[in-house]
Amino acid sequence: MENFEDFEIDRGGFGLTRREFLIASTAAAAVAVLPRGYGAQPASAVTALPILMKVAFNVNGQPRELELDTRTTLLDALREHLHLTGSKKGCDHGQCGACTVLVGGRRINSCLTLAAMHQGADITTIEGLGTPENLHPMQAAFVKCDGYQCGYCTPGQICSAVAVLGEIKAGIPSHATVDLTAAPPWSEAEIRERMSGNICRCGAYSNIYEAIQEVAGRRV
Amino acid sequence: MRPFTFERARSPAEAAAAAARHPGAKFVAGGTNLLDLMKLEIETPTHLIDVNGVGLDQVESTSDGGLRIGALVRNTELAAHERVRRDYGVLSRALVAGASGQLRNMATTAGNLLQRTRCHYFYDTNMPCNKRTPGSGCGAIGGFSRQHAVIGVSDACIATHPSDMAVALRVLDATVETIQPDGSARQIPIAEFHRLPGDQPHLDTVLAPGEFITAVTLPKPVGGAQFYHKVRDRASFAFALVSVAAIVHRDGTGRVALGGVAHKPWRVEAAEAEMPKGAQAVVARLLAGAKPTEENAFKLKLVERVLAMVLAEAKGARV
Repeated sequence: MENFEDFEIDRGGFGLTRREFLIASTAAAAVAVLPRGYGAQPASAVTALPILMKVAFNVNGQPRELELDTRTTLLDALREHLHLTGSKKGCDHGQCGACTVLVGGRRINSCLTLAAMHQGADITTIEGLGTPENLHPMQAAFVKCDGYQCGYCTPGQICSAVAVLGEIKAGIPSHATVDLTAAPPWSEAEIRERMSGNICRCGAYSNIYEAIQEVAGRRV
Repeated sequence: MRPFTFERARSPAEAAAAAARHPGAKFVAGGTNLLDLMKLEIETPTHLIDVNGVGLDQVESTSDGGLRIGALVRNTELAAHERVRRDYGVLSRALVAGASGQLRNMATTAGNLLQRTRCHYFYDTNMPCNKRTPGSGCGAIGGFSRQHAVIGVSDACIATHPSDMAVALRVLDATVETIQPDGSARQIPIAEFHRLPGDQPHLDTVLAPGEFITAVTLPKPVGGAQFYHKVRDRASFAFALVSVAAIVHRDGTGRVALGGVAHKPWRVEAAEAEMPKGAQAVVARLLAGAKPTEENAFKLKLVERVLAMVLAEAKGARV
């Protein structure tokens, strides 16, 4: 797949990569819009020194050890410290699913958990599912079915979709499950309900469903 | 997010003792609500106690035929547990009606009970909120209140409790088990666990500082057809406008609790005597004394219609 992270923004003439440009511009924006209102604390608390902590876990099969500010989310550890920028930061509040990764084989929102809470964990990101030469079947199905437009939510969609198939297979019920005592079916209603934690602003849902069905169909 | 120190507790007693040592500490388990609020600096703990290593992650049968659910059991596991699906269907249904698959994989039984309200004014630090900043006022009263409480409200707060799971636990007469920093244990009936706002809306529950939830127990199964119907603005992954948890027996008797209408799961046992007479009779007593706003008065009728649907469904269901 094309690497969208590193293309150059030429028009500005600054020679910044898109990623560097975004870092610089969000830092500037953050300074400008820091809210001050009800419940705001004295500035001294905000500028207190970060507290560092060591954490070690396996990411995509490789042991990694980091010394991090205790505030570092798993998502920021992956993206900013390990430079695995496949997992995306969308809302940063667990509402969009762009940050979905697998921890111990389970899908979670990596933005709503601290890296320090995952000492010894096995973490799989989109980079660990497949490679450009050897795509994971779900990655291949998303390409085949055109399960994206802009692609920003895609790594989260794919990680989530891989886990959804495991959850149906394990008999975990969903809101769409009619009979709680029977195995959940591989139905469209089940897959759509289970994917509701992954938002696609481009609205590629029907193709995303097709891609998942393509892989699920092979397993039935 | 404010800086904080971090430690990992290895047992419930260690967790409670650590909380007593660090005023301003918070327990973190799933983190799905706490981290969200810490990013917005609505929660500003100076010390986090990671309780993911304390055990308490099993669902076990009790000697009286009930179930003990460890505080760290994830919402996914609880909803999928064979006995919960078979004997406490209302709980399984409520769990899968909440949040998303990713969040349910993180969220714990105790954490779900301790969720803060999703009132927009609580979340917006530019607005007054007695729950977030006691004494600052309430933005929701006289504001946009479509989502807010219609009963048990006070002049200080009209927020709702957001949990679906807690509504099912209320209808099942669950008990919350805790351990205090001094090592003593107590059992709190779910009916008494969550508070009404009164003039102290910043207190959601009756837990003392440092008190740590170890388990939730369910009495032996009561049978009946079990329902959890949630009405929301989206078909999935949204908080309830109203929800109805109900257990209906063959003879038309049963139990009902509501979500999305109050600062706690709402149940009035005396109203349940009216169940054989139908939804209107039940709701007349269940929501007697309601004080809705102009924007959320629709919830009263909505509750009645959802309950009527549940009772009609129960008639058709095999019990």
